[in-house]
Amino acid sequence: MSVKGDVGHFARQHASWHWSEVAFWCLALGCGFLFPSRYLIMTDITRLALFALSLDLILGYAGIVSLGHAAFFGIGAYGAGLLALHGIITEPVLALLAAGLAATVAGFATSFLVIRGVDLTRLMVTLGIALLLEALAERYSNITGGTDGLQGIEIAPVLGLFAFDIFGKTGFFYALATLFVLFLVARRVVHSPFGLSLRAIRNNPLRAGAIGVPVNRRLIAVYTLASFYAGIAGALFTQTTALASLDVFSFERSADLMLVLVIGGTGYLYGGLIGAVVFRLLQEVFSTITPQYWQFWIGLVLVVIVLVGRARLHRWVLFVPNLIIRRFGGGRAVVAVPETDAS
Amino acid sequence: MDARLKAGHDDPSLWLDSSMTSILTNLFDGVAYGMLLFVLACGLAVTLGLMNLVNLAHGAFAMAGGYVCAVLVNQHGWPFFAGLPLAFVTSAVVGAALERALYRHLYTRSHLDQVLFTIGLVFMSVAAVDYFMGSSRVFINLPPALEGQFDVFGVGVGRYRLMIIVICGALTALLQLILARTRFGSRLRAAVDDPRVASGLGINVPQVFAFTFAFGCGLAGLGGALSAEILGLDPYFPLKFMIYFLIVVTVGGSSSITGPFLASLLLGIGDVAGKYYVPKMGPFVIYSIMIVILIWRPNGLFGRTAAR
Amino acid sequence: MFVRVHMLLLAGTFAAASALAPGAVLAQEAVKIGLIVPMTGGQASTGKQIDNAVKLYLQQHGDTVAGKKIEVILKDDATLPDNTKRLAQELIVNDKVNIIAGFGITPAALAAAPLATQAKVPEVVMAAGTSIITERSPYIVRTSFTLGQSCTIIADWAVKNGIKKVATLTSDYAPGKDALNFFKQNFTAGGGQIVEEVTVPLQNPDFAPFLQRMKDAKPDAMFVFVPAGQGGSFMKQYAERGLDKAGIKVIGPGDVTDDDLLKDMGDAVMGTVTAHLYSAAHPSAKNKEFVAAYKKAFNQRPGFMAVGGYDGMNLIYEALKKTGGKADGDSLIAAMKGMSWESPRGPISIDPETRDIVQNIYVRKVEKVDGELYNVEFETFKAVKDPGKTKK
Repeated sequence: MSVKGDVGHFARQHASWHWSEVAFWCLALGCGFLFPSRYLIMTDITRLALFALSLDLILGYAGIVSLGHAAFFGIGAYGAGLLALHGIITEPVLALLAAGLAATVAGFATSFLVIRGVDLTRLMVTLGIALLLEALAERYSNITGGTDGLQGIEIAPVLGLFAFDIFGKTGFFYALATLFVLFLVARRVVHSPFGLSLRAIRNNPLRAGAIGVPVNRRLIAVYTLASFYAGIAGALFTQTTALASLDVFSFERSADLMLVLVIGGTGYLYGGLIGAVVFRLLQEVFSTITPQYWQFWIGLVLVVIVLVGRARLHRWVLFVPNLIIRRFGGGRAVVAVPETDAS
Repeated sequence: MDARLKAGHDDPSLWLDSSMTSILTNLFDGVAYGMLLFVLACGLAVTLGLMNLVNLAHGAFAMAGGYVCAVLVNQHGWPFFAGLPLAFVTSAVVGAALERALYRHLYTRSHLDQVLFTIGLVFMSVAAVDYFMGSSRVFINLPPALEGQFDVFGVGVGRYRLMIIVICGALTALLQLILARTRFGSRLRAAVDDPRVASGLGINVPQVFAFTFAFGCGLAGLGGALSAEILGLDPYFPLKFMIYFLIVVTVGGSSSITGPFLASLLLGIGDVAGKYYVPKMGPFVIYSIMIVILIWRPNGLFGRTAAR
Repeated sequence: MFVRVHMLLLAGTFAAASALAPGAVLAQEAVKIGLIVPMTGGQASTGKQIDNAVKLYLQQHGDTVAGKKIEVILKDDATLPDNTKRLAQELIVNDKVNIIAGFGITPAALAAAPLATQAKVPEVVMAAGTSIITERSPYIVRTSFTLGQSCTIIADWAVKNGIKKVATLTSDYAPGKDALNFFKQNFTAGGGQIVEEVTVPLQNPDFAPFLQRMKDAKPDAMFVFVPAGQGGSFMKQYAERGLDKAGIKVIGPGDVTDDDLLKDMGDAVMGTVTAHLYSAAHPSAKNKEFVAAYKKAFNQRPGFMAVGGYDGMNLIYEALKKTGGKADGDSLIAAMKGMSWESPRGPISIDPETRDIVQNIYVRKVEKVDGELYNVEFETFKAVKDPGKTKK
């Protein structure tokens, strides 16, 4: 009876699908049919959700704070853009994987830099890498189109069958399918001995190392995986919008991502997805109310959330739903937000 | 050509050959830029070293000081050198108020929370300033004595940049003096070294910090007013220059002020030289240097691992 | 029984999404214009000027034309082309706008081009200035300018006025490249020599090292192009570095002495010669009226971006009058082609073949008028077409 077997068994036990998760994905798919005029913003949310998922892998599960995750997003975006523009790989799914792989290589290479040093150093190194890539993209503007971005990208139909249209329908279902597949993979990874060891590392790297977990190797592995996901998110971006310019590397993108995870919560995989929905909608609402100063309200939301604390905020927000559910479901039923996946 | 050669002997501006003058000019410009960065960023370094607080909104205090000075000088006719101290005071007061009201709650929180909170503050300040002051760049009306250059052996010495070097140099010397020679300075150094032992010795660490934070913000405000001419003052200032401040702090380390001082000089000279000699590579140079230094010395060039 | 909260949150938020869905059925009598400009980000000053000008036009001419009510929907693309594309798509598909307008930078105008073609919606470009824009879609009409127009004129002027050696400083993006190419083309054809070429990144805080390089190259003059918001910083640093005292004049398209920022630039700017489509000091009755009205409404001087927006609205109004209120893409474009009128900048027209703007280009010098700095015109080149297309 091996330890690994035991741990594996324990991990898989927690991996059984809860009915609410099934409902979640059905609802997500349903939105594609319920709101045919809102494909564009839903695609935007889906891409952001995938990107947030990739950051959740390193932030929520491994505890690496990264302010430059947009670096991999950008590599994926430009990768897909260049592949399509120069006709090297025209089939979108293959191009997606290729661009994702390019980002993975970069992720692997930079992971060695990220495992060294303390929090602040890591923050700076990740930020520096993203800015460096942005500067490089600008410098080699003959390849990347510089500030103007890649022009004239045309994306071939997905799998040769589904063409991208002006309404964004194909884009949405394509993005949603990609998100779902990658989510399944992430779920499998997280609910495994590997995933458990990551959580151990996040909680206390010293102790994890003391019990025999190869800390650095695990961090490199998860960082590389996360960069793959981020690269795919970037490639999706270019494929669904037919655009790729310098702002795919921008600091604002990485900062917005942090906000998404703050809203949704880290460490239980759904945080990125929920956060993406809420954040994007908040942004829409704010910019409709005030086209120029919406950033103020987003900043305010961030400040309030951090000050008040997400747990307390959720308790307040769910106060009324809790009352209702307790009435119907008996004394023990309660709506709770898992802070982490540890329950 | 002959006339020029002959004139060269008598004209001091032609004694140095052109590559020498450009090296000296770039050095001068780089030093001015570096010292300005130091004044802007040293508050951030001390904050980080003292209270382990990552304050990405530091640029917002600089921006506040800059705009206060601009409004006083442009719209109310104050002289430039009177506007500078007021920029300092305003930012210091705002800093003190925010510290008591908001920042205090974040000392015990994780770096991530601090980063997020301060990013939120930055967004708010950027939008607020945009609303009240408009999006275009603001210029401060300078006294004529500060405009233009004068020639020193063919090296163009900008008056404004010279003033910056003088003011910032004086400030640095003052700071070093305070740290090394005053009682407050030694309390501050003790608190940075080890806050627990320091408070065990009876030093009121929170008070030291409140004062230092306010002072750091004031310095940032002063730096902001000075940088309106060189770096450009607009509502996006905190976002544009945050990375520079962070580089100074991480490369320089946060356990003293000599570290950030040298790091700022390095950054300033590197940036100017990079843009002059390899203009296509511009920012590329700075980020590469930073990454290389951080790999080699994860705690910064002059930092020590914090004793906590 | 545990109810995971994401169910609730998600249901709630998607319900909110449906609440954001567009409400009313398209009113029969309204013509909707989607105005997509950068109100935040690097080019926010462009967006504000255009928005102001559009508001001024509506104020002056009312919001009804040819029996149809005009509705302008303002959207901020934050100077990001992917936002522009998404906003344009949503405006066309959800809000069912008849015209999209604005476009503060070239990539924004290019991003919306395929949409204009697919949906047959006229795209009125009020700000962006690169030649190729109008070629990207048969539904694009421009009321702003092209860099080629100003730069070829200033190059010819430089040659005629004895400037032999020029160092160039341009921003590294499409309009900057256009500016450089057109200037070089005409200047070297006239026998001039380019001694140094420097391109600066678009987000550049500090011109000083680049200016130092210019100074060390010792040219007769410097050809400068930077985008509309950066002219002020540039001129300040130019003065600070003593380049005016070294006898190196600044020439270039008028972006560097934009009226929006000119009066705060300080006296070192005086004597700068530029070629451009518009000056707030243009001595026509229509312009005086325009400037006065703009100043009264917004407490600011209008610049060339504002005039682009103002003329864009005029184009739309006149086209609607000509089609008798028919607002479909093909009729409007047909009506817009060849249209000509008197704008605050002078007489302008839309070239029927290229749908690009044909206008006078003025060579002007910065001088003090009534104590304020203005670009005073001293030479006029009539009806200049975009050289990017005429040479083909």
